[in-house]
Formats: sequence, C-alpha cells, structure tokens
Amino acid sequence: MIRQTSTAALAAFSLLCAAPCYAVTIFVSNEKDNTISVVDGNTLEVTKTIKVARRPRGIVLSPDYKELFVAAGDGDIMDVIDTKTLEVSRHLESGPDPELMAIDPKGERIYIANEDDSLVTIMDIKSSEVLGEVPVGVEPEGMVVSPDGKIAVATSESTSMAHIIDTEKMKLIANVLVDSRPREAKFTADGKELWVSSEVGGTISVIDPATWKVVKKIRFQVPGVRPELLQPVGIEFSKDGKLAFTALGPANRVAVIDTATKEVKDYILVGQRPWHLEPDPEGKKLYVANGLTNDMTIIDMETLKPEKSVSVGRLPWGVAIMP
Amino acid sequence: MLSSSVRRPRRAIHLLAGVTACLLTIFLVTGASVAEEPQATPAGPPPAAATPPAAPAAVPAASAEMPKIKLPIVYLGKEYDEPPPLSYAEPIIRDKGIQGARLSIKEANQSGAFVGRAFDLEEAIVPANGDVVAKAKEILKHGDALIVADLTAPDLLAVADLPEAKNSILLNVRVSDEALRQEQCRSNIFHVIPDWAMRADAIAQYLIWKKWPRWFVLRGDSPADKDFVAQVQRAAKRYGGKIVEERVYSFPPGARNLDSGHQQIQGQMPMATEGAPEHDVLWVADTDEAFGDYLPFRTYTPRPVVGTQGMQALAWDPSYTEYGAMSFQNAMRKLAKRPPTERDYAGWLGVRILADGVMRSGKNTAPEVKAFLLSDGFNLEGFKGLALNFRDWDHQMRQPILLGGGTRTVVSKSPQEGFLHETNLTDTLGFDKPETKCKFR
Repeated sequence: MIRQTSTAALAAFSLLCAAPCYAVTIFVSNEKDNTISVVDGNTLEVTKTIKVARRPRGIVLSPDYKELFVAAGDGDIMDVIDTKTLEVSRHLESGPDPELMAIDPKGERIYIANEDDSLVTIMDIKSSEVLGEVPVGVEPEGMVVSPDGKIAVATSESTSMAHIIDTEKMKLIANVLVDSRPREAKFTADGKELWVSSEVGGTISVIDPATWKVVKKIRFQVPGVRPELLQPVGIEFSKDGKLAFTALGPANRVAVIDTATKEVKDYILVGQRPWHLEPDPEGKKLYVANGLTNDMTIIDMETLKPEKSVSVGRLPWGVAIMP
Repeated sequence: MLSSSVRRPRRAIHLLAGVTACLLTIFLVTGASVAEEPQATPAGPPPAAATPPAAPAAVPAASAEMPKIKLPIVYLGKEYDEPPPLSYAEPIIRDKGIQGARLSIKEANQSGAFVGRAFDLEEAIVPANGDVVAKAKEILKHGDALIVADLTAPDLLAVADLPEAKNSILLNVRVSDEALRQEQCRSNIFHVIPDWAMRADAIAQYLIWKKWPRWFVLRGDSPADKDFVAQVQRAAKRYGGKIVEERVYSFPPGARNLDSGHQQIQGQMPMATEGAPEHDVLWVADTDEAFGDYLPFRTYTPRPVVGTQGMQALAWDPSYTEYGAMSFQNAMRKLAKRPPTERDYAGWLGVRILADGVMRSGKNTAPEVKAFLLSDGFNLEGFKGLALNFRDWDHQMRQPILLGGGTRTVVSKSPQEGFLHETNLTDTLGFDKPETKCKFR
C-alpha cells in the first residue's frame, strides 16, 4: 500500500516538473491591483501577493537577485522588495511617473524612464543618489543597458525615437527615428544588435550599434487577424540567441522570430493583450503576462507550445524571474 | 485553459465565419444594405494593401550636422460666437483648439531638437468681427503654408479657394459638415475632426451590438442638426437600425438652468418626448445645446439618450485613459488649467500631423509634405491604439471614435468588433471609397 502510494506520489511529482526539476520564482506586476504576485515555478501557485505603491509596471531584478525593483508610476516612486523576506524594504526617489527601468550588468546603477518628465534618471542602486538626468523625447518608456554597460537606450513613445546614451558621460550620442510608439528596446546577448519594438507602427527595428542606423524592420502577418492589431511590445531572446520572442498585444499572440534571418517562424496563442514576457534564466520556459485576461501563460521554449495559464492580479504588466 | 495552439486559430476562424453568417443574416432579414462590397471571409489572408507600409525613403538619419530648419505652422481661427454650456456651473471655454496646438508645438520642438528641426506656431486668430480670409491672404503672401484651420465651413472653403492657397495644406479641426467631405471636398483640405457620418456610424454600431435598433430621433432645426440626422438615417440603413420617428423639438429654447428652472424642464421634457412609437434609445441632434442636455432621465419613457448629448461620438473625452492617453490628459490640464476638449485634441493632432509630416518625410515644402501625408509612410500615433492616417478619397482622417462625453468613463470605442471590412475596420465608419461623392478639383 505504502509502496504504491510513494510510486504514485513520485509519478505525480515527475508530472509536475520534467527533469531536471528546478525552482524558479516568478514575479508579476499587477498594474490595476497595485500588487506583485509571487508565483512558485513548480506548483504554479501564487504563494504571496505583495502590496506596492500605485500603478506598478516596470519590474526588474538586480543581477544578484537579492532585490526586486518595481516602478510605481502613479505613486511616483520605485519600491524595492527584498527577495528573501518578500517585503518592500526600501524606496528609491525615482522622479515622477517611472515606468520602466534597467540595471547595469554590474548591478551598480539603475536607469529609470520618467514618463511624464521626458527624462532618464540615472541612480546609484545602493545609495539611491541621483547621478545624472538625461533629457530624452516625449513619453519615455523602454529602457535597456548594453551587455558591456557602456550604452543605455531609452525609447520615447511620442517622439518615436530610440535615444542612445553614453553611460560614462551620461550624454546622448545618437537619436534613432523608428516607427510609431516604440515601447521596448533590447540588446542581443552579444551586444551586436539593438531591437526596438514599435507598437502602433507594428514593426521591430533592428539597429546596428556600430552606426546607430536601422538595418532591418521585422513585420508581422497572421491570417484572419487585422494588421493593425499586430502590435509588438516586449522583446526577449532565447538563451542560445537563436530565437527572439515578442508579445503582440491585441493580437493575443507571441511571435517567434529567427534572429539570423529575422523571419517570423511561428505565432503562439496566449491570453489577451500580452505586453511583456520573461524567460527563466535556464531558458526553458517563457512567462507571458496577459493584461486583459488577468493571467500569465507559460510557454515551453523548446516545443514553442503554451502549456498552462495561471491567474494573477488585475492588468498584469511585467514579469521578472528569480532562480 | 489552453489546448494545442494549432487548434485554437482554426476554432477562431470558425467562430469568425459563424459571426459573419450571423451578421449577413441580420442584414438580409432587416432588408438593410451594407454599403460596401460583400465581405471576403475573415479566414483569408489580408490583401497586400493592408500590410504595414514600407519605410519612407527619405527618413532623415539622426545626426548632429542637420541644418536647423524652422518651419512655420499657422493656427488660423476666429473668435466665433459659440452657444454657452447649458449649465451656469460650467465655465465658458474660449481657447478650445489653440491650447492643444500649443502643447503640440512644444512637443514637436522637443522631438525636433534631436534631429535639428525647430517649429514655430503662428497664432492667427481674428476677433469676432474680423476678416479671417484677409488674414489668410496676409499669411499666404509669404508662400505656401501649413495651416491648422479652426474655421466654420464657409470660411474654410473661402480660404481654401483662394488662388494663393492652392498648394497649401489646410487641416480642418473644427467642423463635421458632411458636404466638406463629399461634394464640397477640396484637394488642399484635410479633415482631422470626424464628420457626422463617422459619428453616426460609431454610435449606430454600438447600438446594433447592444441590440437596441429602434431609434427615436429628436432634433433641433439648425443646418448642422439636419446634417447629423441625414447621417443617422444613412447609418440606420447601413446597420439595420430603425428610426421609429423623427421629431423637431418645438419648445422655446430652454432657459439656462437657474435656481427654480428645473420644475419647468421636468415637465417639458416628457411633453417633448411623449407619444413616439416603441423605441430603444432617444437619438438627439442638438448642436446649439438648447435642450439636449435636459433629456437624460426626463424622457417620457425610460430610454438612454445618445447623439449630441448623452452618449456622444467624440474624437476625445476628458475621461479617456487608454493607450497612453493620460500623458495628454495630464499635459493639457497642466497647460490649459482645464480638461482637454475634443477641439484641443484635434488642434494637438493638427500640429502633430504637420510636424511629424515634416520630420519623417525630411521635406520642407507644403506640396511635398502633402504627398507624404497621403503616402503609406504616414502613420500617426494619437492614443487610439491604432495608427491614424488619411483616406485618399476624401482626405478624412480615419480614426477610432470614443463613445462617451456624458458619463464618467468612456462607454466604448468604435469600430465595434464583429463588423467586417475588407481592408481596414476603421473604414466602416463614415463614407468608404466606393460611396464617396468627393471629386477633387
């Protein structure tokens, strides 16, 4: 009897996680609920809901995974959560209306896009001292730091540009005009390409960091889906760099792009209005926040199939994953 | 719950096909004729024309060596007499439109600085007894102009028809007159503000979606009221609505609501609305704001009010928050010290169209900017979740329309899901290409 039970238990357990089994913790910002949902990567249960300041959107882990940074736009503040205690441990005076931010690879500085002020605020992570402010275009959102830490890029949604910042001099060195409403900027892991999504323009611009020129535009097409609904927002790359994934907003899909050919290979149906997504550090699963269905879809990055959807809070915006 | 991603799209296509069959049946049964050609099945791939546009050839490369070019944008207007709001509690706003333009020029300069471009807003608003055509002539003496036109239809046509205005661009941000998009269209006029047909269709689609197809129309007697109602009649034919009665409001114009006014109005409104055949909504056309705002909750039978009051079809609503709208809402409240009106948004869009047109095309002359505005490369972001651009058959800006105005939150946004169009769902609002009466001179 006991033997059967333990075999059954083992079988059940192995069904839960295909070997090798590892525990990740997923953090989801719920824009409308003013909370962060903490989801266990194995059981896919929400284990905790952390209260934060109003309108949490951007959610980013420090490189050492010790702190989780949450940009609370209407609260005009950045809440910092201790990932051990899962409590808000301190705040950063981020400047008004922070939306998205990026932390440099060394974990020393945080770059914050202040949406209402057309500014990028550069701060020391530990001391929260403001090191500099860079004026950028109207309505900045996207924020990324290059893998070598030398360049930071902010996108301005209204001006429709990607602004290139020299992080040492804290000055603009180039401004790249892209298609309407650029939401996210991401470097490839080798730093050789900068990808910028244009939500209303419906394209992803691939920019060459050697010249800061757009070298390629990626477009989307899904039979039966009106073209104007194909609105790329979040961009993520697979661990081996061979694939890129982008959430297409009202098209309710994630597009899979071959990074070498820049061709779209597949479209994966998820929940409604996916904007941001995040792969786990091992590159096995992709977690997609579906704003309008209040849930998160987990995609297997090998099979490219959606596996499960997990309910989180209202209007989930961004995802961060801790191993 | 998700099954395989392969089955889902096919199921979606079956669902869409089912909805198509349903809608086609509705149209056939009610005897209404849909204005556009029979729809292709939604399962087919969109035609090539609908795919996103190629990048314009002349996009300026961002560089510091670009010469600083200053291009004047003119806001041409007049201090026209406007009906005051029905309630004394509401402030009379005298700077509609121009405030939106002022915000937009500020942003245009902020963006332009990155590519070595600067913009000037010349405010040319003549007083109530002034001569706006003479003002236009003065401006056009300096050559072709980029003009945001906050003018009534007769003034707009008078300016557009000046020989010296031939190659200028006039952006209409004020009037919804249908004739301006049809028989009186002009090659040098572009319409930012929606026309009556778009407004009527936007409301009609929602009412049909709600299954409220019986409409009791109550209108004032001004030309604009009649213009709107003509488009409501057209919308009824297109979408299977039924106008059960069209009545002219015949009571003397309601006094603005004073301390003791409400008993009179309480008695008057039921009298004005009684005896109509069974209907689902009261559709009011009262562009002079004389009685329409008195109708909600006072009609003879309990019916929602839509049209120029109640639930309205608008390009902007002060409570609209989607697609980054809050940045505009906040910026306008900060600048103008009041919530933005529809004309502020149109004025803002007008300046943005011209500035964006210059920046993205890299061109400095009005004819070249105009060509760009009509090209595939022009796709404007305007907080509506879709790119905004111009219909080439009548120069009307195609745009989603908000349904609200009389409520604290936006009720809906048209075009409504479920309606179908071959190339662009937004073109289900207003006059589509096969129906246009516009022949550019």
